[in-house]
Amino acid sequence: MLLVKDLKVNYGGIEALKGIGFEVDQGEIVTLIGANGAGKSTTLRAISGLVKTSSGAINFMGRDIIPFDAQQVVAEGIALVPEGRRVFDNLTVKENLKIGAYLRNNKDEIEAGIEDIYQRFPRLKEREWQLAGTLSGGEQQMLAVGRAMMARPKLLMMDEPSLGLAPLVVKDIFSIIRDLKSEGITILLIEQNANAALRCADKGYVLETGRITMSGTGEALLNDQRVRDAYLGSTAR
Amino acid sequence: MWSTVFPYLLSGISVGGQYALIAIGYTMVYGILRLINFAHGDVFMVAGILMVYMAASGVPLWLCLPLVLVLTAVIGFVIERVAYKPLRAAPRMSVMISAIGVSYTLQNLVLYITGGLNQIYPTIPWISDNVTILGASTKMVTIITPILTLVLVVALVWLINHTKIGMAMRAVSRDFETSQLMGIKINRVISTTFVIGTFLAGVASVLYFTNYTTVIQTSGAMPGLKAFVAAVFGGIGSIPGAVVGAFIIGIAENLIKGLDIILFKAGLIPGPMGLATFSDAFTFALLIIILAVKPTGLFGEKITDKV
Repeated sequence: MLLVKDLKVNYGGIEALKGIGFEVDQGEIVTLIGANGAGKSTTLRAISGLVKTSSGAINFMGRDIIPFDAQQVVAEGIALVPEGRRVFDNLTVKENLKIGAYLRNNKDEIEAGIEDIYQRFPRLKEREWQLAGTLSGGEQQMLAVGRAMMARPKLLMMDEPSLGLAPLVVKDIFSIIRDLKSEGITILLIEQNANAALRCADKGYVLETGRITMSGTGEALLNDQRVRDAYLGSTAR
Repeated sequence: MWSTVFPYLLSGISVGGQYALIAIGYTMVYGILRLINFAHGDVFMVAGILMVYMAASGVPLWLCLPLVLVLTAVIGFVIERVAYKPLRAAPRMSVMISAIGVSYTLQNLVLYITGGLNQIYPTIPWISDNVTILGASTKMVTIITPILTLVLVVALVWLINHTKIGMAMRAVSRDFETSQLMGIKINRVISTTFVIGTFLAGVASVLYFTNYTTVIQTSGAMPGLKAFVAAVFGGIGSIPGAVVGAFIIGIAENLIKGLDIILFKAGLIPGPMGLATFSDAFTFALLIIILAVKPTGLFGEKITDKV
């Protein structure tokens, strides 16, 4: 579904990605793990069209999306839940969902989509008319996921969805991710919480300073000694 | 007493309405680009010049009006595309310098065309007619202005709060990048903002110059500055703020213009003291005081700098 090959990105003279490659298949959860500054967010931003790539290929459903800008990438069916949630705090909860469907035009379908999101996240329904800025961190994350879902993406990319959330809320977020997968949505997930990410992932890649150093099934990486030492800490498992 | 104050109050409300229409352009552009568009007052002036030349070349007035408004909006669109869009990623200070550049380009261009001579604004029938209201004699435009201003403001607020493009404008004003991730073409939204702002400045120019009757290359400076003050006064970025600020400044300024006569007739001063001279200084003193007490203006939000 998504095929990234030898992708390089320069940020003001610094090579943030030094030629990475990975693959996401239909219906999978794929995770990229790695330390701060390894290039995880840059990878998602490059796919989203937010940063220019310097070389390599990004192929989505058989199309080269490198020349696309962010707006076209969304139209192709890739939605990003950005790091730090980035809900529009000056818009109501409902407007945030509506704006997620900005490229869709059928009003009835959009309304039905909003109802679907409300069923999934009843808290959002309760706060429908509140400004998104008044929501708690966990609720904002649900809203950010719901907003991305409103674009009816084929591929949902999530950048650190558990960052800065209380442990109980983190559990919720990962159960949402599993739910989405069971509904057939393909997910590319970036996490510092490598343990939780690998547990729900079909496939994982380890990013280190702009390079992919390891890959395998979530299970295999969880059990790999090097991964456990570097990313999971001694208490893992 | 009332009969002395009322004419000043009336023209204050009218001038306030004109400032409001200009101030909206400042505040909307600031809201979305965090840019003080210094060229805005000059676009207002150019709208006046367009009207003068179009009417002089024989285009019937009923056609001049819509043409001027559309052309003014087009000028706003072009300015944004040529002078601001290429600097989207540049520091805000650079865009500001570009705005100052546009401001002088427009002034110099008009100076070149007109030779620096006062241009007589065409007399638009009906709104130029004299009327007497509650004993005060004035032009029809004085009464039309506040009404038209309020109608346009209500329409604009409705557009921003209840339409898709309005929602996109609010989103883009908060976060460019995430707006792009929603599929919003931010350049289109920014252009729309400029088109609306300059269109309203065009409307203001018709009302203003019908009242003041002459246009010269510097005609945009003072009303532009006053409208900018109004926008800051009301809390820049806020449309209701800009409108309320503009009316307060318009009224205050005109009451000061009449202060001599009002005080004299009330028997408080022995003769005219020339206080009217201070009406502009007063505007700015008012701004300084308000900003000292409430740095974000009347309706201003917390200062949240864009990341």
